[in-house]
Amino acid sequence: MENSVKEKIKRIVGERNYSDSYEDRLCYSYDATALLHQLPEAVTFPENEEQISSLVKLANETKFNIVPRGSGTGLSGGSIPVENSIVIVMTRWNKILEVDTRNLTATVQPGVITANLQSEVEKIGLFYPPDPGSMNVCTIGGNVANNAGGLRALKYGVTKNYVLGTEMILPNGDLLKTGGKNVKDVAGYNLRDFVVGSEGTLGIITKILLKLIPLPSESITILAYFDRLHDSAESVSEIIAAKILPCMMEFLDNTTINCVEDFTHVGLPRQSEAVLLIEIDGRGSIVNEDAETVKNILLKNHASFIRVADSINEALLLKTARRSAFSALARRRPTTILEDATVPRSELPIIIEKVTEAGKKFNVTFGNFGHAGDGNIHPTCLTDERDMAEINKAHKAFDFIFNEAIKLGGTITGEHGTGLAKKQFLEKVAGIPGVEMMKKIKQSIDENNILNPGKIFSISPRCEGSLPFRREQIKDFQN
Amino acid sequence: MESNHKNLLFSVLPDEDVLNQCIHCGLCLTTCPTYSLTQFERSSPRGRIKLINAAAKGEIEIGDTFAYEMNFCLDCQACETACPAGVKYGSMVEAARVIVQDSKLNSILRRIIRKITMKIVISKRLLKIASRILYFYQNSGVQKVLHRSRIINLIFPKLSEIDDLSPKVSKKFSSELIPEITLTENKVKHKAAIHLGCFMDVMFANINKDTIDVLSLCGCEIQNPIEQVCCGSLPGHNGDYESARKLAKKNIDAFERLDYEFLIVNSSGCGAFMKEYAYLLRDDPSYSEKAKVFSSKIKDILEFVNNELGEINFNKLHDKITYHDACHHVHTQKIINEPRNILKAIPDLDVNEMNESTWCCGSAGIYNIVHYDDSMKILERKMDNIKKTGASIVLAANHGCLAQLQYGADKFHVAVEVIHPVSLIKKALQKTTE
Ligand SMILES: Cc1cc2nc3c(=O)[nH]c(=O)nc-3n(C[C@H](O)[C@H](O)[C@H](O)COP(=O)(O)OP(=O)(O)OC[C@H]3O[C@@H](n4cnc5c(N)ncnc54)[C@H](O)[C@@H]3O)c2cc1C
Ligand code: SF4
Ligand code: SF4
Repeated sequence: MENSVKEKIKRIVGERNYSDSYEDRLCYSYDATALLHQLPEAVTFPENEEQISSLVKLANETKFNIVPRGSGTGLSGGSIPVENSIVIVMTRWNKILEVDTRNLTATVQPGVITANLQSEVEKIGLFYPPDPGSMNVCTIGGNVANNAGGLRALKYGVTKNYVLGTEMILPNGDLLKTGGKNVKDVAGYNLRDFVVGSEGTLGIITKILLKLIPLPSESITILAYFDRLHDSAESVSEIIAAKILPCMMEFLDNTTINCVEDFTHVGLPRQSEAVLLIEIDGRGSIVNEDAETVKNILLKNHASFIRVADSINEALLLKTARRSAFSALARRRPTTILEDATVPRSELPIIIEKVTEAGKKFNVTFGNFGHAGDGNIHPTCLTDERDMAEINKAHKAFDFIFNEAIKLGGTITGEHGTGLAKKQFLEKVAGIPGVEMMKKIKQSIDENNILNPGKIFSISPRCEGSLPFRREQIKDFQN
Repeated sequence: MESNHKNLLFSVLPDEDVLNQCIHCGLCLTTCPTYSLTQFERSSPRGRIKLINAAAKGEIEIGDTFAYEMNFCLDCQACETACPAGVKYGSMVEAARVIVQDSKLNSILRRIIRKITMKIVISKRLLKIASRILYFYQNSGVQKVLHRSRIINLIFPKLSEIDDLSPKVSKKFSSELIPEITLTENKVKHKAAIHLGCFMDVMFANINKDTIDVLSLCGCEIQNPIEQVCCGSLPGHNGDYESARKLAKKNIDAFERLDYEFLIVNSSGCGAFMKEYAYLLRDDPSYSEKAKVFSSKIKDILEFVNNELGEINFNKLHDKITYHDACHHVHTQKIINEPRNILKAIPDLDVNEMNESTWCCGSAGIYNIVHYDDSMKILERKMDNIKKTGASIVLAANHGCLAQLQYGADKFHVAVEVIHPVSLIKKALQKTTE
């Protein structure tokens, strides 16, 4: 990037909100995705909508790319810089602007940490359910951009079910406002749902209006131990079939159990092949009745032990332990490649077996855990990025798992987004017409392809997303 | 030059694998006080690990930013507690500090203060002389005159504030008050030894005295060898391993000839460091085994009292208290339930958990002097949390925290008494025996 352009960027956001030092570029070259990283040309912390708008306009004029970023906990590479890009960091936009107790809504800036919003609204008896494993760190903006799920998605749904409205700077610098506090609104296309899950490719979100619900008063948390993986998966399908809707049904396999126990010491059964963490919440006696039914189903499916948390604190410890699963797996090997395959819930036992099969077939180690109640599992390959041969095997194993998931009517990503990591599989799930339509939408909104290019799909397939703006690159291409 | 740095970095790291363990998941970010101050990734554990990694691989030059961020880190180890992957952040940042410590990259102020404090703590004699002078300064009126006349502000504007950060020197040092052997009036249940520390000795003599009393009330015979020295944590955490090892050996020698079950420590930082002597001296053929034995016998006073809970009866106390977790307790030694068990066992005591009790107070060795402004922002957050509990007493089990919280209570006008838990325990024990 030319210095004159950098100077202009600096002038827009101000000296203290700009850095192109090697150290800062390095520190924004990654997110939580394994194996991928790239240096941006500069890092910026714009303070208001006008600055973002000016940056976007400048990007169009002088041809550089913009990568929006929250806390950088993404697992599909969404906030990893692309070529010739600057990063826009949104974490300082961390104010809860309003909690409207009459309409049950919250208006927030995109940099608010998810758990912070939750604890604020819970103080007044309200509830914001989406709780990704990373909720203590990730931002609402990142959640909206990735349509993040969480442990409670089974009963309460994912981020999109709580987004009532957004404000977003478009790639031409205009401010787009969608939605509002109305419970019903069918005026025109539903643009709000375009914004949710757009992974920073359609605009930079600057304000979010969220739906809140009343906080459930009762909950029971159960941990069931299994000697056979298959039994745990069967239990999940059977509980769903029994027309009971727990708020979470999370699954951990033996490898994950041991890593999590090493970290948390909450007393997980190291010998068990699998555990299910189930929470049932609501009001009144129904909660107890459902819990009894669930316990019966677990026992019928050969659960070897059922532990019921006897305090809110114990329940919290168990859930926190579950949330650490992905990172705890890194205790085994330094690189953890995590995937996000999802199948219809009835197919859960099959896909879990397929993961075990993939591990054997390609001779790699998997830790497996996930949101079993949603059919959303996170097979995580435990490997070492310095060992290229093993990484290749891991990729093959994942190809196998993805293909099996798709055969079962599943999808390649349930909640982490497509980003860079999964775009090569997109066509298999969305189909060619689907991907073509997505591209057309992107092209009509972002003519110069400046916003997070190369994420989700490539408009210019020859190089990963970023158009060859620099002369030396163009020459390369002509050869 | 650069490859020297690289080699040096490798030579002080426990092994290469530490560098590769971080999977940059970010789960540590929001537990980091410095990240919370700046919101810059480079002031976060994840960012610092990336920088250290790049330096070790020779990808970046070790420059001002690198040095600044390594010193800006409080070494509070909250990120280690938060990290599910078990990344040993502490050993990485301490290794990085070895490289930046004496280079031009360290600010002059930092270098001078570091040099002086290190020199002083390492030599027992110097510490006592310096403390005598400081005692005179604090008590003779010189301090008041200097402050009132604002001369101090002219010489160095920050100095007047930093000056107040120094805790009050005790009139008599605990090493002068505590005999080599203290017998118990009760039946002898344990043969204990005590480490008096350096700062604890000269600045908090009364706390050392209270510790002796509590031990004695619990049936311990306590040995206090005069040859003992500073634990070495201050030089150790600032990258001066050579001095730290020297002090460690002196302590091992001092206690070796004694017959004792455990060695009681009442300052979390010293305890944490002495528990790591085994690691510090792992490559020393004549000390590695002795160090293992020594480290295994270290026991924090709160660990001790917690173990004795079945045996002792506390009397009622009617204070309204709150508890601050010292970093070297909660994050390094994982001492978190022990103090709470003890407090629960004291009848009628009104215990109030503060919000963010495990968040650093900003003291962190000499951090509050060299990073005064940042330290004060961190302290303000802590004092605010203390204030919200409405407690009239805040307990802290570390000399640094004690001094810092006392300073915070004055500076931010929080009406709270700052005391070491052992003093409260003594109060609860003494009444019964009266
Ligand atoms: C340990 C761990 C557990 C996790 N568990 C879950 C889970 O249970 N469920 C789940 O769904 N995910 C989970 N994730 C993934 C991740 O936390 C989520 O995707 C989260 O939403 C990312 O938020 P972030 O603030 O870190 O965003 P980033 O990672 O910084 O960005 C994510 C995407 O959002 C875009 N973006 C960010 N802010 C804006 C903005 N203001 N405007 C426009 N675009 C923006 C970025 O460009 C990028 O494409 C987990 C991650 C980790 C490390
Ligand atoms: S230090 Fe641990 S918690 Fe922090 S980013 Fe690295 S692996 Fe994650
Ligand atoms: S030791 Fe403390 S200040 Fe340093 S990176 Fe870790 S959490 Fe932050």
